[in-house]
Amino acid sequence: MTTETLIWLIPLPPVLAFFLIVLFTNKNKALSHSVAVGAAFLSWLGSMIVFVRALGVEHLGEHPFASSINWLPTGETWLKIGVLIDPLSAATLFFVAWTVLMIFIYSVGYHNYGQPAGDHDHAGLPPHGATVTDDLGHKHTVLSVEPMYSRFFAFIGLFAFGMYALVVSDNLLTLFVGWEIMGLCSYLLIGFWYGKSSARNAAVKAFMTTRIGDVFMLLGITFLYYATGTLSYREIFTEEVLHTLATVPSGVFGLSAAGLIALLLFIGTIGKSAQFPLHVWLPDAMEGPTPVSAMIHAATMVSAGVFAVIRMFPLLSLDPKTMTIVAFIGAFTAIFAATIAVAQNDIKRVLAYSTISQLGFMIAALGVGAYVAAVFHLITHAFFKALLFLGSGSVIHGMEHGVLHTGNHKVDPQDMFNMGGLRKKMPITFWTFLIGGFALSGFPIITAGFWSKDEILADAFGHGHLAVFITLAIAAFMTAFYTMRQITLTFLGEPRTKEAEHAHETPWTMTAPLVILAFFAVTYGWVGIPEHFPILGGLVPNWFHEFVGGTLAEHPEAVEFNIIPLATSLFVALGGLFFGWLTYRNVQSAEQDKLQIPLLRNKYYFDEAYDFLFIKPLTWFSEVFVSRWMDKSFIDGILHIFGPATGGLGSFIRDKFDVPVVNQFFGDGSADATYWIGKNLRPIQTGRIQQYLILSLIILVVIGGLLFALLVRSA
Amino acid sequence: MIPLSWYLILAAGLFSIGLFGVLARRNAVAILLGVELMLNAVNINLVAFWRYGDVAQMAGQVFAIIVFAVAAAEVAVGLALVISVYRRRNTVVAEELDLLKW
Repeated sequence: MTTETLIWLIPLPPVLAFFLIVLFTNKNKALSHSVAVGAAFLSWLGSMIVFVRALGVEHLGEHPFASSINWLPTGETWLKIGVLIDPLSAATLFFVAWTVLMIFIYSVGYHNYGQPAGDHDHAGLPPHGATVTDDLGHKHTVLSVEPMYSRFFAFIGLFAFGMYALVVSDNLLTLFVGWEIMGLCSYLLIGFWYGKSSARNAAVKAFMTTRIGDVFMLLGITFLYYATGTLSYREIFTEEVLHTLATVPSGVFGLSAAGLIALLLFIGTIGKSAQFPLHVWLPDAMEGPTPVSAMIHAATMVSAGVFAVIRMFPLLSLDPKTMTIVAFIGAFTAIFAATIAVAQNDIKRVLAYSTISQLGFMIAALGVGAYVAAVFHLITHAFFKALLFLGSGSVIHGMEHGVLHTGNHKVDPQDMFNMGGLRKKMPITFWTFLIGGFALSGFPIITAGFWSKDEILADAFGHGHLAVFITLAIAAFMTAFYTMRQITLTFLGEPRTKEAEHAHETPWTMTAPLVILAFFAVTYGWVGIPEHFPILGGLVPNWFHEFVGGTLAEHPEAVEFNIIPLATSLFVALGGLFFGWLTYRNVQSAEQDKLQIPLLRNKYYFDEAYDFLFIKPLTWFSEVFVSRWMDKSFIDGILHIFGPATGGLGSFIRDKFDVPVVNQFFGDGSADATYWIGKNLRPIQTGRIQQYLILSLIILVVIGGLLFALLVRSA
Repeated sequence: MIPLSWYLILAAGLFSIGLFGVLARRNAVAILLGVELMLNAVNINLVAFWRYGDVAQMAGQVFAIIVFAVAAAEVAVGLALVISVYRRRNTVVAEELDLLKW
């Protein structure tokens, strides 16, 4: 099979699995997850083959695997769709394939496959546990299987299709299609437990918020198509097209066409990747099944936003104003979300804000022109954040076990202050979570997060963006701090509740993905060690920079080594971790946590502000202005005038025309006239044959006389 | 040779007598007689025109014979009707047979 054909086939298995599960196998849990995991495996296999073949091509950036077909006729030209594997998409495909496969396997364990059905479980609500009686006659409450098990696999199958389609597509149109499919799946998965009103609201919120970004993105795509007549990357990123775009003014804010398009596309990314100010949906997305969908939203789907903006980097980098905006948004989001994460107690919410913050790092990296660093961090982040989310899911799962054991359902299994000491109960989860957490913090040398984050800092410093550098350094310090806080509160110390004492390690389907992801969270960083790094530099070639950098027409230069950013990143990572441990090692409850400032706990009141600024006015607008004033008063008022008016006109016509003229004059009149004529002609019907004959004779004579007079005489 | 107009005047007179009989007589049998007179007036005309026209053409004579046949049939039906009416109504006066009035 040629590589191009293989690339076309990569996205298909998951979508086929989606239809298979929805249409046929949804009654059978084992069959459904086998279909889904099998499909994920096929896509993974295809991706790995393509990745390996891509590695074998020299100068893949200039000669990528590409193939396209005509899709929609647009007048004289065609909208083409196709696939493209260049270094960027090959690298992305690698982590997408791994994380997606891991999610699928993990979901089997997470949704308690093999456990009995729950006592009171309903579709649309999380499982509540089942009572079983053992051989000795003791009753136990154990975890129960998810009631909508098959449905979940169908959804993540569709999701995987969207992600793969987005990654392999060679144009913005199919990228957008994949983008929106993921938006839909995110809505479905956040609202998976639709019996909970919070989940329903979160689903709507996520959908609406990302929709704002998507509308702008679509505008950007339309503008781009209008300006260039194509949506294919390879046709857009040619020198002439880029030059034209950069020189044509757009007429808005003094930006060039390229700047405006890039900005519009970037707003789509702001929505999808939860950047300030559209970040509000992501923490609420944690309402989905803990943490599988959380991971989908936070570790995988949001990467799509960053991926899109990385894809558009050649366009983005044309206008310095746009770059400044991007750098600002990224850096601001990075530090802003990090401050919120410090004060969250829900284990998943900390990770959610951490994700927003890390995505801010990538965006900021792009804003300062650090293309390779952004891609690098995107991939390492996907691995360690996937690991952390799955790890947190494992923790919650273990805690739920404890909750069922004690039967005290008031204990929130997601609140970190209810945990503590879990390292002994859940050793695999602990060690993998520790690796993920250290990677997130940028623990020096051994973890992948260190290399990618260090590269971003070095680039920001090297390109002279001091403000961005300092902001990101502070954000990185806080990242290490809240990560250590999380680890300390969750795993270290002694159990703070009975539930934590009875927590239990999760099954192999959940721990195996953790171990695999932990492997990548450590080793993936080694492919991108800068050449001039002290001691280690040059031991392993900086393969990543060469490979991904080749995507761009002008290969970006690696920044020169400088001790300041390295020292900074060492200091912030180790310092943050140490301070986090120091501060929280003895904290026993939320009251003792000095950083629980209301402003941070309530996320700077963004939800409240948006509620006040947008939702309340909109509700007022729709309920009062549109419904009551416009609809009920104005439009209904007009209609209420029309009703009687047409009624009156109808009555008038009836009374003045229909009844007198049509009915009485023509209708009744013609009948009357006929009747009158008949009545008056009746007497001539005497019944006497001779009278008839006389009449005939008279008429004959008269007509004969007339004919004679007319014809004979005139002739 | 007697001029054609004489025959025509005879026929017209005979026709008028028949017509008068049809219109003026009360007895239904007499009315039928009047009809016969009118038919025969026509016959005189037909034969006269034949004799004074192209003798080789036999149409006039043939027509007259057909009229005879029709008249005979007509009288047979007509008299049968009169007898039938008389049996039911006990009269043959035309004026009294006015059932078809309004």
